[in-house]
Amino acid sequence: MQASATAPPRPKRSPAERWESFQRRYAPYIFISPFFILFLVFGLFPIVFSLYLSFHSWQPAAGLGSMKFIGWRNFTDNLTDPTFWQSLRNTGILALESGVPQHLIAIPLAFAIHTSLKRVQGLVTALYFLPYITSVVAVSVIFVTLFSWQYGVLNVVLTGLHHLPLIGGLFPAEKINWLGNRDFVQPAVASVVVWRYVGWNTVLYLSGIQAIPSDLYEAASVDGATTGQQFRYITLPLLRPIMFVAITLTLIGNLQLFEEPYIIAGDSGGIGSVALTTVMYMYRTYNFYGDAGLAAAMSWLLFILIGALTLVNNRIFGKSRLSGSD
Amino acid sequence: MAVTYTRPPAPAREGGALKPLGRGAALLLLVAGALLTVLPFYFMFVFATHSRSEIFNLPPPAWFGDHTPQNYDSLLGRTPFWRNLWNSLYLAVMATGTTLFFCSLAGYAFAMYNFRFRDGLFNVVLATLLIPNALNIVPFALIMQAFGWIDTPRALWVPGMAGAFGIFLMRQYIGSAIPRELVEAARIDGCSEFTIYRRIIVPLCGPAMATLGLVTFIASWNNFLGPLIIFRSAQTFTAPLALRSLQGLVNTDWGALMLGVGLTVLPLLVVFALASRQLIAGLTAGATKG
Repeated sequence: MQASATAPPRPKRSPAERWESFQRRYAPYIFISPFFILFLVFGLFPIVFSLYLSFHSWQPAAGLGSMKFIGWRNFTDNLTDPTFWQSLRNTGILALESGVPQHLIAIPLAFAIHTSLKRVQGLVTALYFLPYITSVVAVSVIFVTLFSWQYGVLNVVLTGLHHLPLIGGLFPAEKINWLGNRDFVQPAVASVVVWRYVGWNTVLYLSGIQAIPSDLYEAASVDGATTGQQFRYITLPLLRPIMFVAITLTLIGNLQLFEEPYIIAGDSGGIGSVALTTVMYMYRTYNFYGDAGLAAAMSWLLFILIGALTLVNNRIFGKSRLSGSD
Repeated sequence: MAVTYTRPPAPAREGGALKPLGRGAALLLLVAGALLTVLPFYFMFVFATHSRSEIFNLPPPAWFGDHTPQNYDSLLGRTPFWRNLWNSLYLAVMATGTTLFFCSLAGYAFAMYNFRFRDGLFNVVLATLLIPNALNIVPFALIMQAFGWIDTPRALWVPGMAGAFGIFLMRQYIGSAIPRELVEAARIDGCSEFTIYRRIIVPLCGPAMATLGLVTFIASWNNFLGPLIIFRSAQTFTAPLALRSLQGLVNTDWGALMLGVGLTVLPLLVVFALASRQLIAGLTAGATKG
């Protein structure tokens, strides 16, 4: 109290002024608080909880009291479970089978759209983008009928192509049992994923290509570079930053594949469980076996794998980010 | 340097255009690719008008049939499909409305204010984008169980009200499209901070709001894993769950199922037809500015 007596008298501010400075000072914190509250409750807490859970044995149905600390057991159980390894292998194969073609198709496609279509560019891009906005469940259900063995459109078309002269030999003579033969389940699922995401990647790459200054191409064609050379020496190197973004997104998405294999191959992963992905197996472990701890540990193993592969991708593609157009 | 051009450089064609022959080939491939993209949708609508036995005929039907009314009756006999569509709509509208409000509010704060820890807090927002969904499935289910939110739609829209992607998108847009002087002027005129948001920021955010709204609506409408964990009864199912339950039946009525698929996809096709340019431009702006 004595200190305030010696302090210089502060200019008296009206309550309105004080309210104004108060709200100006704290408004931004209030405006961003919803995100952080939601993140704490539905983002951070669940993650911490799932880490805690992964060291416990717990059947949720039996209540919180039945939670028992068991150390690394959930992790070792997963790592010695052949089905877990099979699910990882399936996830890896599906991620590659569906990830690599996506980009191999999308990059030239974006280049072709950019160079040869001017007037209808928007329409064509929108068409290619269409699968990305439609429900995976709906899309997968459609493909299940198209993949049907005896009467599916795909096999009918393939048989038709087989009877063509000259190029007929490229196509199978027998109808392919897409969903009933363990060799074909993975390609079937992967092709749906490719079909769904090619447009998304094309749009990404197209926006990257459009950002490349056109005088580079002009200079190159003055120097006599062919379109192929321009693609190889201008477009590809300058697309690296976008490739990094696109491949990272594909990687993270593909390692968490769930809906396409779940609908197309069924919740057990189809014939021989060849399309049982890790997220599917985790869902099953939690939902049907009721083992929350084991499922949580599995999600952490998957998380570690995703993190490691993202780092590798970062090392390969992320290095030369400065060479980009920005 | 003794470099001299013996002939004037040919007028450069824009963007390294192809020669006519290559151009024709590229065009052909593009059209073929576009057909491959659209055909499954075409068959979806065709199959929706045929009976199960007609769908699995040889050759499969390539044109519309007249079995739609029977498919419709069968669809509604197996699942309360209109109710399911309504659930999807309710969920999507709630998710979109709240996301637009909270994300634009937070985006405004990050774009227009200088406050302590701003950059650190924004980095936290961005970092949450990197957390894989898969990590969250088990605790998400358990938390909703604990809250008693199983079988209620708020379990799905409340956690997503203020997402990192939306905040990022809105901050980018507000920071680049709205001059700070405008905000300052309003402040001098005595507007409160929230009034500035409501009267100046929101009306000027149209394009970014449209993009974010579309993305949120589509993501919510198509969400499958979330509803799969939360909803337990046919009455609370969303449309994708209803489709899944139809497909799971031993004797699937594929005609009815296709009609359901069509009804689920059609609203999105309409929205996309109206706003595809906006959506694509907004999405790639967000993805490439990062």
